[in-house]
Amino acid sequence: MARPLRSARLRAAALTLPLAAFVVVTFVAPLALMLVRSVHEPQVADALPRTLAALERWDGGSLPGEPAFRALGTELRELDGRRGLGAVATRVNRIESGMRSRMLATGRALGPGSPESWRDAVLAADPVWGEARAWLALQRAGERFTLRHYLRALDLDRDSSGAVVRISPDQRIYVPLLLRTLLVSLAITAICLVLGYPVAYLIANAPPSRSNLLLLLVLVPFWTSLLVRTTSWIVLLQNQGVVNDILVAVGLVAEDGRLALVYNMFGTLVAMTQILLPFMILPLYAVMNSISPEHMRAASSLGATFRQGFVRVYWPQTMPGVAAGSLLVFILAIGYYITPALVGGRTGQLISNMIAYHMQESLNWGLAAALGVILLACVAVLYAVFDRLVGIERMRLAS
Amino acid sequence: MKRHLNTREGLAGRLRAAAGAGLLCASVGLLAGCGSDSLTVVSWGGSYAEACRRAQFDPFAAESGVEVLLESYNGGLAQIRAQVDTGSVHWDVVDLEFADLARGCDEGLFELVDIDQLPPAPDGTPARDDFFEGTVSACGGGGLYYSTVFAYNDESFPGEPPSRIGDFFDLEEFPGRRGMRRSALVNLEMALMADGVPPEEVYATLSGPDGVDRAFRKLDTIKDEVVWWDAGAQPPQMLADREVAMSTAYNGRIFTAQTVDRQPFTIVWDGQVLDYGQFAIVAGTPNLEAAMDFLKFASRVENMAAVGRYIAYSPTRRSAMDLISTHFESGIDMRPHMPNAPENLGRALQSDWQWWTDHAEEMNERFSAWLAR
Amino acid sequence: MTARPTSLTLGDRLRGGFHLAACAAVFVFLIAPMLVVVPLSFNAEPFFTFTEGMLSLDPDAYSLRWYRNVIQDGEWRHALANSLLIGLAATALATALGVLAALGLTSSSMPCRTLVTGLLISPMVTPIIISAAGMFFFYSSLGLGQTHVSLILAHAVLGTPFVVISVTATLAGFDRNLARAAASLGAGPWVVFRRIQLPLIAPGVISGALFAFAVSFDEVVTVLFLGGLAQRTVPRQMWTGVREQISPEILAVATFLVGFALLLLGAVEWLRRRGGGPAQGNT
Repeated sequence: MARPLRSARLRAAALTLPLAAFVVVTFVAPLALMLVRSVHEPQVADALPRTLAALERWDGGSLPGEPAFRALGTELRELDGRRGLGAVATRVNRIESGMRSRMLATGRALGPGSPESWRDAVLAADPVWGEARAWLALQRAGERFTLRHYLRALDLDRDSSGAVVRISPDQRIYVPLLLRTLLVSLAITAICLVLGYPVAYLIANAPPSRSNLLLLLVLVPFWTSLLVRTTSWIVLLQNQGVVNDILVAVGLVAEDGRLALVYNMFGTLVAMTQILLPFMILPLYAVMNSISPEHMRAASSLGATFRQGFVRVYWPQTMPGVAAGSLLVFILAIGYYITPALVGGRTGQLISNMIAYHMQESLNWGLAAALGVILLACVAVLYAVFDRLVGIERMRLAS
Repeated sequence: MKRHLNTREGLAGRLRAAAGAGLLCASVGLLAGCGSDSLTVVSWGGSYAEACRRAQFDPFAAESGVEVLLESYNGGLAQIRAQVDTGSVHWDVVDLEFADLARGCDEGLFELVDIDQLPPAPDGTPARDDFFEGTVSACGGGGLYYSTVFAYNDESFPGEPPSRIGDFFDLEEFPGRRGMRRSALVNLEMALMADGVPPEEVYATLSGPDGVDRAFRKLDTIKDEVVWWDAGAQPPQMLADREVAMSTAYNGRIFTAQTVDRQPFTIVWDGQVLDYGQFAIVAGTPNLEAAMDFLKFASRVENMAAVGRYIAYSPTRRSAMDLISTHFESGIDMRPHMPNAPENLGRALQSDWQWWTDHAEEMNERFSAWLAR
Repeated sequence: MTARPTSLTLGDRLRGGFHLAACAAVFVFLIAPMLVVVPLSFNAEPFFTFTEGMLSLDPDAYSLRWYRNVIQDGEWRHALANSLLIGLAATALATALGVLAALGLTSSSMPCRTLVTGLLISPMVTPIIISAAGMFFFYSSLGLGQTHVSLILAHAVLGTPFVVISVTATLAGFDRNLARAAASLGAGPWVVFRRIQLPLIAPGVISGALFAFAVSFDEVVTVLFLGGLAQRTVPRQMWTGVREQISPEILAVATFLVGFALLLLGAVEWLRRRGGGPAQGNT
């Protein structure tokens, strides 16, 4: 390679290096860590090493031997002594509901000293240890690397033989929620397209002075804080809000029959559509702006009706804008958190709210990470499909 | 028309001094935590936090010279656990529901507090004998009785108003949306009482084979009409906006809305769930000494009773009961508004923290799954 | 509508009329929420709807009391100070790194351009809940949970794609012969950059910086996950307010934020007209 070229390449690479390194450290590494967290959960294994070692050659059905009982008894007692049992028991409880209180009770009940038979002492502390399921739960919680968060995130579980099965219908929440999120995002994308297309067309074909003004009407909400817009929708849609007041004033709705427009799915749909609409209009406008009006005129002068001209000539040319706008709106929608959390009530929640719930309230970080990875995979698949169909290179966000 | 409750009025200057300190911290040391001359106390926001500020935080700051930074949360151990587990403790003192306190104390989330270090009663009775039975945790200091009741806006019921806990679950007689706390605690108990279980059998029923299912079945009957709240400040607001016809709420918040904001609300004491809470110190806080001083301060009889001048919550020490007096602003007698006043205890349930210590994890998990469906 | 001077049929007129009406409705839908908040924030009463006095334009029905409350409230001032501190620090970092990277990316000899661009743009196209969750795990395992540093880094990385895109767009129209000519006259790379490239790309740099600042100033998800009491920003303070108790003060802050948005938008548009920066809407 010629020397000047190589040094130019080196210089170009060196210029991008600081930012690339910054993105890798502060963005890619966190995502990688999340991936690790979704499969790696060493806390129980670290807390109960002797018990788990004693269970290594257990057949999984009969009662484990005295060494396992001794290991369990001493380890639970030690953990209780340094008040570390709760955290471990909480993790086991996620495998087998009810185990938390059983383990805490066992730890508390075991007195100091070494009983003659640990087996009798532990069973006296809590009879649950006479059942194989308790030991199986310990064993499964003790796996350092596990796919159980992914199973849970897909509403699956392992039965006693270890086979993957679907959990009972009344406990399935994540798959329905994921489907709901995809459906809502799809609906919002479609509504944005229907509302945004004519507007983008209007702006692109208006005389420059007017088009600039109209564009401002799209850009002002685009630049306005997300929280401001969400707040506005609450003020507009709530029971005693502006919309209901108007409906009552014009007599469409009775005073005591005010409509529930917010804190439900309707509120989520309306607010998110308004918030995401500029993301549809702007790429559409960018593409339409570069389409010469001559094309439609030519079609028209050749005898085509408006509809024919539109369907055959105009629409196909706007496809890159349609695709870019739709992709953008859809991807923003499936990751939306703030708006559903504030206006969604119970029925308007999306998968992101469940991720936040497990991050901040249930503290099941492994499950939160698994749900995040699944969502990320959905996004990646979308990009791949988009790239196949349209080509990322053709995606135009700016004019 | 929508009226904003003025419970935050007067809060304008609430954190003025505190925020100044926060700013200083922000600009001086980005990485280092703030100096040990400030204490972050986590309370429940709204009119309750305001009452505690006037009765306890401000006086403590004045006496000790330690600045009190006020943060709010809505219960649960999650945020505390996250701080202790990751070793970055930013909260010093937290005002907790007793079941959470007991559970967190078991798990090592809080510092142990020696009850003999807490101040004795004015007559010299040691704190150990002065606190009401069972209201002291090995990690707690201070303490208040409060209650979850249901309340309604009079304007929503021009005819016969609801009067019993069963009415809250009766959508036919009393139509309209309901507000409930987004949590299993209290809701399960109220559901069972509404389903005809006497208060003294509620926890036995919940521990029985079908009890929890029965409670959820009862909740199912109103699920579609419920607006879920997180913060204690929300129910009075939702009632004022008539976003809901009736709501479960903390009795003190409704009291403040009635007396200070002149809202036409009525409390239904039937089926109330009486509970108490205490302050605790988050394990590993760098401000342990100041935090312990605060717990002692908040455990003093007169400081405990002082909260009752601002909001209808009553102290958990016998000797403090005599100090309950009048509301600081309206001058009305606080006694009949206290949750443990005899006339309010008709059909009341004392929340069983032991049951919740054992079952909270399971119930919360089940509740959130139920909610998501 | 397309300018079509030729005779319009009735069908065309109907279609045109319907199209205009539909567009007007969409514009109302886009703008109405903000229009409603602004006058309500001047409401003398603690109401969230228009009082009769307001509708009859009675001056007594309007007041600045909520603005006074906000200005006097230490919490809001604290939040604003945090927003500015975090926003400015994040913007400075994002701009410095972003401009350098854009210079490299637009160089004709940049290796693996597509791959590197993809990497640099990724923070912009990843759903924020995922980024925030990952950052939460990351910073808390480093012991940097609830610090200004973690938020500044988080906001900086979310803002860099905007700087990169903005500056790249300006550089795309930049005549490289100028730089080559300067270099052939003996100017070093730094001199070439400072004297020739920087003045030309300045509008793009500034508009990228404005975008990055806007991103940080409006961001609340990472603040929720990474921030504590000491890191409360304006949107975070609004979040608490909206969740727990919508007070008229929130509307006053909202109005302030709408004004701020107009200011930023005006600046970016002005820069764009001067030929710098990308067009609107690269989000």
